[in-house]
Amino acid sequence: MHLTVVRVHSRNIAVSSVKNLLSTPLTSWHASNGGRMVDFAGWSMPVQYGSIIDEHHQTRNAFGLFDVSHMGRLYFSGTGVGTFLDSLTTRRVDGIDAGKIRYSLMTNEEGRILDDVLVYRLQGADDQPFYMMVVNASNRAKIVAWLNSKLPESSDIQIDDRTESTAMIAVQGPKANAAVTEIASMNPDSLSYYTGAVAEIGDAKGIVSRTGYTGEDGCELIVPGEHAVAIWSKLMELAAGVGGGASGLASRDTLRLEAAMPLYGHELSEEINAAQADLKFAINVKDREFVGRSAILAARKDTSLRTRVGFVLEGKRAAREHCTVVVDGKTIGEVTSGAFAPTVQKSISMGYVDPAFASPGTKVQFDIRGKIHDGEVVDLPFYKREA
Amino acid sequence: MNLENFLFAESHEWANVQDEGGDKVATIGISAHAVEALTDLVYMDLPEVGDSVTAGESFGEVESVKATSDMFSPVDGEIIAVNTDLPDNLEILNDDPYAAGWIIKVKLSSEDALSKLLDHATYEKQCSE
Repeated sequence: MHLTVVRVHSRNIAVSSVKNLLSTPLTSWHASNGGRMVDFAGWSMPVQYGSIIDEHHQTRNAFGLFDVSHMGRLYFSGTGVGTFLDSLTTRRVDGIDAGKIRYSLMTNEEGRILDDVLVYRLQGADDQPFYMMVVNASNRAKIVAWLNSKLPESSDIQIDDRTESTAMIAVQGPKANAAVTEIASMNPDSLSYYTGAVAEIGDAKGIVSRTGYTGEDGCELIVPGEHAVAIWSKLMELAAGVGGGASGLASRDTLRLEAAMPLYGHELSEEINAAQADLKFAINVKDREFVGRSAILAARKDTSLRTRVGFVLEGKRAAREHCTVVVDGKTIGEVTSGAFAPTVQKSISMGYVDPAFASPGTKVQFDIRGKIHDGEVVDLPFYKREA
Repeated sequence: MNLENFLFAESHEWANVQDEGGDKVATIGISAHAVEALTDLVYMDLPEVGDSVTAGESFGEVESVKATSDMFSPVDGEIIAVNTDLPDNLEILNDDPYAAGWIIKVKLSSEDALSKLLDHATYEKQCSE
């Protein structure tokens, strides 16, 4: 068999030096604490520390700590930042109250998805509101270039990319916010979902936001890079007391898959029009203009375009990315992500199908490495935590 | 576990060849190193008794949460037994990969492929590199 992950791991040091992988402020911690390190979008990241299934369950049952410092963090200053960003996002971000965070897509003129992002408008330590944006690691350079290319002439807007000077830690699970309360100047429970605030975290000033990518409650912390190991270590101590711990990117993937959250490069890409992605809540076309808007409106009326759905397969076999979806021997779609899901205990996938086959309950088949497996289209998400 | 008589493929499968009534029969499995590296095994797709296998070619698949991997036959021959208990009890591979975790038994049609396999010490050295 081909043990790709292991090869990368066992030669990790060589890979790092040859390929000049970026390190987060926590990369050394991961490598010396059992992290199986891989190249993820040019960063040396832990895919797992031990069992992926255990790291998944500890997040659902207690809390998991995820190093997500590879995600791009862009800070904006200058005049008219809200208007500028609003011209490039599928969702309204201009004029939102300080403290609010909006999940949005960024699309090109064809309405195709350049990235999915979080736009933060926060009250700064100096009481002045500012905009910040979190983008996917794999898209950071592209989005920075895109933003710069769209800056109005004579604009004084500055884009400060602080990805490499800060760390971002996702603390996710039912016991996450209680742990963060122990080390921060605020209780994340006091924040509504998708809001954030500048706060003291450990010995540093950072950002606490009630956001995440696991389907669990919890929060995400952005802290200065030099404080990351101390904050992470303190949270690890708190995790040990409640059955939580460090979780790698592989469990982050199974967690977000169960919650049916799309992943750029899988469910979202420049091949996909925003109208296809089943993210209507993130697209606001009413009384506003943004790059891609007219193409998205046209795509909504185009009945030939495939649409994003969920699948459950019979048995334990997973239909993974690029697996074809078949009805009566005819290809009607393609899988974008899939795995045997640890919490729902089913083989689940997401993908795109022709609209005629998108209704929940539609029986479909999957060609997995030359063998046909049965399954059906289901409602998303696969997992929803109890309120 | 004494692995002195076990032979290993670079692709992490093992073969234990014994004489059985004049035939050479290889019991085949995957190494402890492979099981540890794959982690979180959820599914195994096995061939059937009577199928023939060719050295270096896939005889089945094992699936972890993260990925699907082919298992490559270290030998040439015909399958005479399949460990059908294994797919529903994949933890056996963690507990006992070299005995109870056997996957198939193959009656060899030729011993040519055996010379390409590694002894245990050489294989372990490969894994630690």
